Amino acid sequence: MENNKIPEIKLTAKDFASDQEVKWCPGCGDYSILAQVQRSSPDFGIEKEKMVWVSGIGCSSRFPYYMNTYGFHSIHGRAASIATGVKLANPDLQVWVATGDGDLLSIGGNHFIHACRKNVDLKIIMFNNKIYGLTKGQYSPTTDKGTVTKTTPYGSIDWPFNAIKLATGSGATFVARSIDREPKHLQDMITRASKHHGAAFIEVYQNCPIFNDGVHAHVTEKDVKAENTLVMEHGKPLVFGKNMDKGIMLDGLNPKIININDGNLSINDVWVHDEYDDNPTRVFLLARFTDIPGFPVPIGVFRQFNKATYNEDVTGQIEHIQKTKGVGTFETLFAGGNTWEVQ
Amino acid sequence: MAKETELIILDEVTVRFAGDSGDGMQLTGSQFMDTTAFVGNDLNTLPDFPAEIRAPAGSLSGVSGFQLHFSSNDVQTPGDNPDVLIAMNPAALKVNLKDLKKNATIIVNTSAFDTKNLKLAKYDSNPLEDGSLQGYHLIPVALTQMTMNTLEGLEMSLKEKEKCKNFFALGIMYWMYNRPLDITDKWLESKFAKKPVILEANKRALKAGYNYGETTELFTARYNVLPAKLKKGKYRNVTGNEAVALGFVSASLKAGIPLFLGSYPITPASEILQELSKYKAYGVKTFQAEDEISGICSAIGASFTGSLAITSTSGPGLSLKNEAMGLAVMTELPLVIINVQRGGPSTGLPTKTEQADLLMSFYGRHGEAPLPVLAASSPADCYWMSINAAKIAIKYMTPVILLTDGYLALGSEPLRIPEISEIPEIPVNYRKDPEGFYPYLRDENGARPWAVPGTPNLEHRIGGLEKKDVFGNISYEPLNHEIMINNRDKKVKNVVNDIPDVEVKGLQEGDLLVLSWGSTLGPIHEALRRINKNGPKVSHVHLSYLNPFPKNLGEVLKKFKRILIPELNLGQLAFIIRSKYLIDVIQYNKVQGQTFKSIEIENEVNRLLGGKDGK
Ligand SMILES: Cc1ncc(C[n+]2csc(CCOP(=O)(O)OP(=O)(O)O)c2C)c(N)n1
Ligand code: SF4
Ligand SMILES: [Mg+2]
Repeated sequence: MENNKIPEIKLTAKDFASDQEVKWCPGCGDYSILAQVQRSSPDFGIEKEKMVWVSGIGCSSRFPYYMNTYGFHSIHGRAASIATGVKLANPDLQVWVATGDGDLLSIGGNHFIHACRKNVDLKIIMFNNKIYGLTKGQYSPTTDKGTVTKTTPYGSIDWPFNAIKLATGSGATFVARSIDREPKHLQDMITRASKHHGAAFIEVYQNCPIFNDGVHAHVTEKDVKAENTLVMEHGKPLVFGKNMDKGIMLDGLNPKIININDGNLSINDVWVHDEYDDNPTRVFLLARFTDIPGFPVPIGVFRQFNKATYNEDVTGQIEHIQKTKGVGTFETLFAGGNTWEVQ
Repeated sequence: MAKETELIILDEVTVRFAGDSGDGMQLTGSQFMDTTAFVGNDLNTLPDFPAEIRAPAGSLSGVSGFQLHFSSNDVQTPGDNPDVLIAMNPAALKVNLKDLKKNATIIVNTSAFDTKNLKLAKYDSNPLEDGSLQGYHLIPVALTQMTMNTLEGLEMSLKEKEKCKNFFALGIMYWMYNRPLDITDKWLESKFAKKPVILEANKRALKAGYNYGETTELFTARYNVLPAKLKKGKYRNVTGNEAVALGFVSASLKAGIPLFLGSYPITPASEILQELSKYKAYGVKTFQAEDEISGICSAIGASFTGSLAITSTSGPGLSLKNEAMGLAVMTELPLVIINVQRGGPSTGLPTKTEQADLLMSFYGRHGEAPLPVLAASSPADCYWMSINAAKIAIKYMTPVILLTDGYLALGSEPLRIPEISEIPEIPVNYRKDPEGFYPYLRDENGARPWAVPGTPNLEHRIGGLEKKDVFGNISYEPLNHEIMINNRDKKVKNVVNDIPDVEVKGLQEGDLLVLSWGSTLGPIHEALRRINKNGPKVSHVHLSYLNPFPKNLGEVLKKFKRILIPELNLGQLAFIIRSKYLIDVIQYNKVQGQTFKSIEIENEVNRLLGGKDGK
């Protein structure tokens, strides 16, 4: 064959849909997340065969079956570990993790924090429905205190994890939040994660209409969401509200909600978001908003920065040794230790 | 003028170096081992570390030992009972005395037998003086004192000088066994190239010890153990853990695919991770994970991606890996799980040996989850069994458990270095062709295709949910589940085609057959050699492949009236043999954290033969 190069055709969302029937409950937020991933996949800048989706167990973890890429639906909690092995074995692959709040933060918590700590180049999307969906409605490590679930009939007494704080504190180098009901925003976050080098974490607020319906209603329902959502954009002041008249001001290390139109304070007093902030302190302040009553839920990129990824260092060390000491062969394998000859 | 000494030729000798953890006994033993290997003896060694890293100096729990068995014949064990003990302090004497042969030679460092050390060793009176060592050939040497004298004038602290006493002792041993000093001299030169004073001191101490043997009247004889008739070739001494590392690197080179190890440190398996971390020049990737689960899961990910993937651990870690092993069974990915067995359950006896993970290896996963189980039988065999495990895993697309144990892992013996042509072929056929590709379409061996991410047009999904036969989509169909379970089971049974038939040593049929597996080969072999010295009486079959068993095993077992299975557990192989072949067996079990002594096997066999305790 003379020329077997196929002309490059830009793929579309359809190319990323597998032939499997999608089996989430009607109205489940997972559908939207799948759709946004499929829509943004053509923009990831990598061949389809080089994308790998790894998941654990949960409703959300069925995700890889619906993507027409390489996929691995593994065991509960272990997606980050399996994905780490995939990435280390072949760093040319783009490795995604689809996981749930239970899968990632409960049984898989240890693997998650260590993948972040090592800055393994993984793109982790956590579907946060604040409930165990697949096992039919027990509370999860992100369930709000007081929530009645099957295992907390008198209300949950656990303090929940703040996933953004956990990821940031563990060393993730790209940390973002989005919402199943904000398709454009979600696509943007996903595409940006695809371009990041290092451990990327996106928390997606996802509605489970069956076992935790409306848990994110304050940021998804038309009449209230503007008052409760803060869209963070790099270089822009942190303002929100139906009339965009509220802003976040930093009083030392204390964030305050101010009215920028009341004549006392103005837009100039509002904290300007810096995604590339080299000090994580302010990221933690933003992350805390969801723990402070009355504060809006920040969505967007909390922070991203670059540092050596684990996979680069693994490969780099091997290349360095091979360059300085030569590539090992069967003949050199036994040259090291004390050897002797028997005639 | 040199004194008159007799030169006695011996077939074999077992020596044990024992002292405080800080006395450098492992190092002294290793030096004696290297020199012994170099002069051409066959040998086998076993270190014995205290469980505590830094037990109080002089205490019984702080005694560290290194045993070495060398011979002009084939050696398969580190020796039952030492002929010679070098005891650096009272605690070392106390701990080791019970193991010595009758009439054994004991070289003691009398300088260390002061009131304080005697008390630490819980001696009420000084054993060197109270007659309790009668019957032994006691050679009292003021090792510390003489070392200090030898090093007089050297610019070093008293403490540093004292530390050289192990080389004085080594010098004496070299004289006694007629060995050259230059191997150790060379080692010292490279080790202390940047510390000329320490180098000089150790060399002086070594030489002084040697000269002391030459001049003192205490020694009346020297011994010579002639070179063994080992197969021609180049040799290297290896511990079992080193051999595992070398084996998998060799397999990776032969197969032409990179090696990936996901692991978490645990005694006595850590050295596999440590060793493989050195082989970066060979493209080996080692991942020290946050726990054993992540160790195996990362390896599964690497296997999916086309690496020769392995994970190494010991008992407690194997327990943690069970669920992921089931995933590897289900996804039909090649993977080797190396389990260095130690005393269990729970933390058990971490530094000691046992064979009690066999049933867990066979049956330790939920659901029907069969996988091949292999066991290495000597430190050098760890090399070959690693290669065989890799080969089976890849050919059959299956996880494989390779069992070694603490005794093999830390013990050592010479490995004849093979040519690459001697390594079995390990063909790797990544699927490339999209034409007719189905993730679960099996080849003639029952293996599914290995289609690795990055290959265009072969995108597919695998996972722990049951899959439709051939096509690989999720399937909950009742009949399909049964078909898939049978497929996976049959595939593991097919491995029998790749493993050699068992070989019966001795009579091919008769009264008594000893059936063994794993690391007990050495002592059993030695015992049977003695029993069959005057003609074959008792036959022996040793198993390296446990699941599946070799094809002819059932037939062979039926040719004997009685079958004796010695194991370091409560009868796990016996349990499997009974249930599989519907025959009864005689158990001989030991669970003391130590392997069999050959005399124990000899006695048991003689008992069965109607003799009196082997006497
Ligand atoms: C080892 C193990 N423990 C428990 C389970 C049961 N289990 C399956 S999914 C799940 C929780 C899923 O919750 P989450 O990760 O939040 O996913 P969701 O279904 O909400 O998307 C549990 C407990 C399991 N499959 N494996
Ligand atoms: S149970 Fe909830 S999370 Fe699971 S598929 Fe149904 S709606 Fe979605
Ligand atoms: Mg959930």
